[in-house]
Amino acid sequence: MTTDAPATRIGDDEGRGSAGPPAGLHVKHLLGIADLSPDDITLILDTADAMKEVGTRAIKKVPALRGKTVVNLFFEPSTRTRTSFEIAEKRLSADTLNIAASTSSVTKGETLADTVLNLEAMSPDMIVLRHAASGACHLLSRICRSRIINAGDGMHEHPTQALLDAFTIRERKRRIAGLKVAIVGDLLHSRVLRSNLLLLPKMGAQVWVSGPATLIPPGIERFGVRATWRIEEAVEGADVIMMLRIQRERMKGHFFPSAREYFKIFGLTAARARLAKPDAIIMHPGPMNRGVEIASEVADGPYSVILEQVANGVAVRMAVLYLLAGEVATEAMPA
Amino acid sequence: MKTLFRGGRVVDPANGIDGRADVLIDDGTIARVGRDVPAGDARVIEVPAGFVLCPGFIDMHVHLREPGQEHKETVATGVAAAVAGGFTAVACMPNTSPINDNAGVTEFILGKAAEADLARVYPIGAVSVGSNGAQLAEIGELREAGCVAVSDDGRPIATALLMRRALEYTGMFGMPVIDHCEDPTLKADGVAHEGYHASALGLRGIPAVAEALMVERDVTLAELTGAPVHIAHMSVRGSLRAVRAGKARGARVTCEVTPHHFVLTDEALAGYDTNYKMNPPLREAADRDAMIEGIADGSVDAIATDHAPHHYDEKHVEFDVAPFGIVGLETAVPLALDRLVHAGHIGLSRLVELMSVNPARILGVPGGSLAPGAPADLTILALDHPVVVDVATFRSRSRNTPFNGWTLRGAVAVTIVGGRAKYVNPVVTGLDALKGRPSAVVREP
Repeated sequence: MTTDAPATRIGDDEGRGSAGPPAGLHVKHLLGIADLSPDDITLILDTADAMKEVGTRAIKKVPALRGKTVVNLFFEPSTRTRTSFEIAEKRLSADTLNIAASTSSVTKGETLADTVLNLEAMSPDMIVLRHAASGACHLLSRICRSRIINAGDGMHEHPTQALLDAFTIRERKRRIAGLKVAIVGDLLHSRVLRSNLLLLPKMGAQVWVSGPATLIPPGIERFGVRATWRIEEAVEGADVIMMLRIQRERMKGHFFPSAREYFKIFGLTAARARLAKPDAIIMHPGPMNRGVEIASEVADGPYSVILEQVANGVAVRMAVLYLLAGEVATEAMPA
Repeated sequence: MKTLFRGGRVVDPANGIDGRADVLIDDGTIARVGRDVPAGDARVIEVPAGFVLCPGFIDMHVHLREPGQEHKETVATGVAAAVAGGFTAVACMPNTSPINDNAGVTEFILGKAAEADLARVYPIGAVSVGSNGAQLAEIGELREAGCVAVSDDGRPIATALLMRRALEYTGMFGMPVIDHCEDPTLKADGVAHEGYHASALGLRGIPAVAEALMVERDVTLAELTGAPVHIAHMSVRGSLRAVRAGKARGARVTCEVTPHHFVLTDEALAGYDTNYKMNPPLREAADRDAMIEGIADGSVDAIATDHAPHHYDEKHVEFDVAPFGIVGLETAVPLALDRLVHAGHIGLSRLVELMSVNPARILGVPGGSLAPGAPADLTILALDHPVVVDVATFRSRSRNTPFNGWTLRGAVAVTIVGGRAKYVNPVVTGLDALKGRPSAVVREP
């Protein structure tokens, strides 16, 4: 293992100790970082440490979720997140099912609520939901028996992304508290931003956000962060720079004139990256628009942890699935 | 048939009355209001303490949904909800299917209202054909058919030129133009008030200026044309500022505020309950407080509900996708009594101005007064009676309200239209003499 976090090696019976089953999360669903306490977050990150080790084994499997059914219900296209969840579920020995919106009854006019209730009638244990509408998971949590994991709801939250971001930061920097984290890009439309805005200050980081004035969310001061359209101010002395994706459709809403001008003023060039601390790490949730929000040389450079984020995503999602399953996983897990 | 309501508190600001008085009704009109009115051959109803007799309340902004959207509401169920809510009259907006931009639809609505024989219905006609903003509707014909005002509600009146011409033209008939003030480009695809809460919840924002900017436009055009404009469902302090300034300059501008805009704020959005989704959206606390201030100081002319019924299926979806609007007829009076009167912001006289006198005056319809010869439309309030809002008791066909389960102080006891009790609140005791009368009770068709 790569951190000093308390060792909970999955499959190691001694790890459970005499206190009985490990402390679980006190939430039934993972709808957002908003519902998690700092202790919850630490528990998830510590569990993810142990899960990361599973990925290094020859047989990348533990039976924690054996016999459980997990449905990946994705109403928005996704490669990265869906694959990550699927691999995580399979490594925990769950039976997984992928449903994409284009093939679902939604095209026949069925409501979201009915689609999920019909699914539920077949007794899945957990539903991983990605949807274009903010609050879609909240709607379902009111009508579902299954545990719901939010894989991204509209512009609201993407909690597992923020958790894997935190894991990556903690792994590289040994801590989160006291770090200066700069988040740059289309802040207004980003659920990754909102989840990180909830998580990072909770864990003691000092957060700066930056982007064109047109894309800074109203009321940003109330999130306990510093906001500036001058990217240089945000990245100066930063320990972590997190870049967010720019969608070209935003040019239609008059948010910024062109990709060319965006890159000139707000893009993370090598020069701007040098304003940060010498050992600063560069992050991006992906997919990247090279040459728009980030220069290739930075994205591919030695300080970029973008691909590590992807690897960590599997471990973090395994941790979330494992902890939410809680009492579902009753047996000790052999190595 | 004469009826004497003896010894109750009468609040009739149009005639300077607030105190113990008797009300004599003769065959559908007010015969006399005063102290110690002789009963003669009238049926006498002793009014116990705690009841207040007012000129009938008029809701000047409701959506009755008929023709075309009867799954949400019909004229019959709408007027049943109205009298249950204490309203003796309502003015209904034209965004039905088809739109009320011609005499045929107006007459249809009036026919249904006559059939139901509960609250009076005053149709509001469209400003433009199909409310599409391209061509004036035949406003003269609408007036003749029975419309009392025009509006393209649901949408703003599309262009400054159209608004100008509509004011000039409609002004000829002594009717107001009622505008749903909103700049469509600023509103764009917003679903909630642009501010901290929408940002936190990831909901697209509708900025306050989308409304205020359009109010400025309309006030300026009202000043130019000398014709009356009425601002529908005002919600932000910027709009109120514009209305106040316009009134000070002599513009003929009036405005209304809904109960949800003087009670709720955008803080209620957490949880994504679509019963908090309406347009204009719930605003921030400073706006809600400004609306209360305007209600108290006279800048706001009327309270109107914007009663917007929607079927459960339509609202039980993602927040982004749900239609805007909540019902309001059956919660308005308890909310106004609890949150304005009992909260100490206004007295009963002011409430009667907001809910009866001014709506009648703005629309140019009878009511708002208990002077001799006035129609015997009365709203009798049980001032301190507790109300627990329960959608199961609603007469409206729809249940989309955020107030279900709320406990409020102040109830409607009786609603009298044309001298006949159209609604007697079953849980309020004291005016039992009115129960068992052959008052019309709506049965679901």
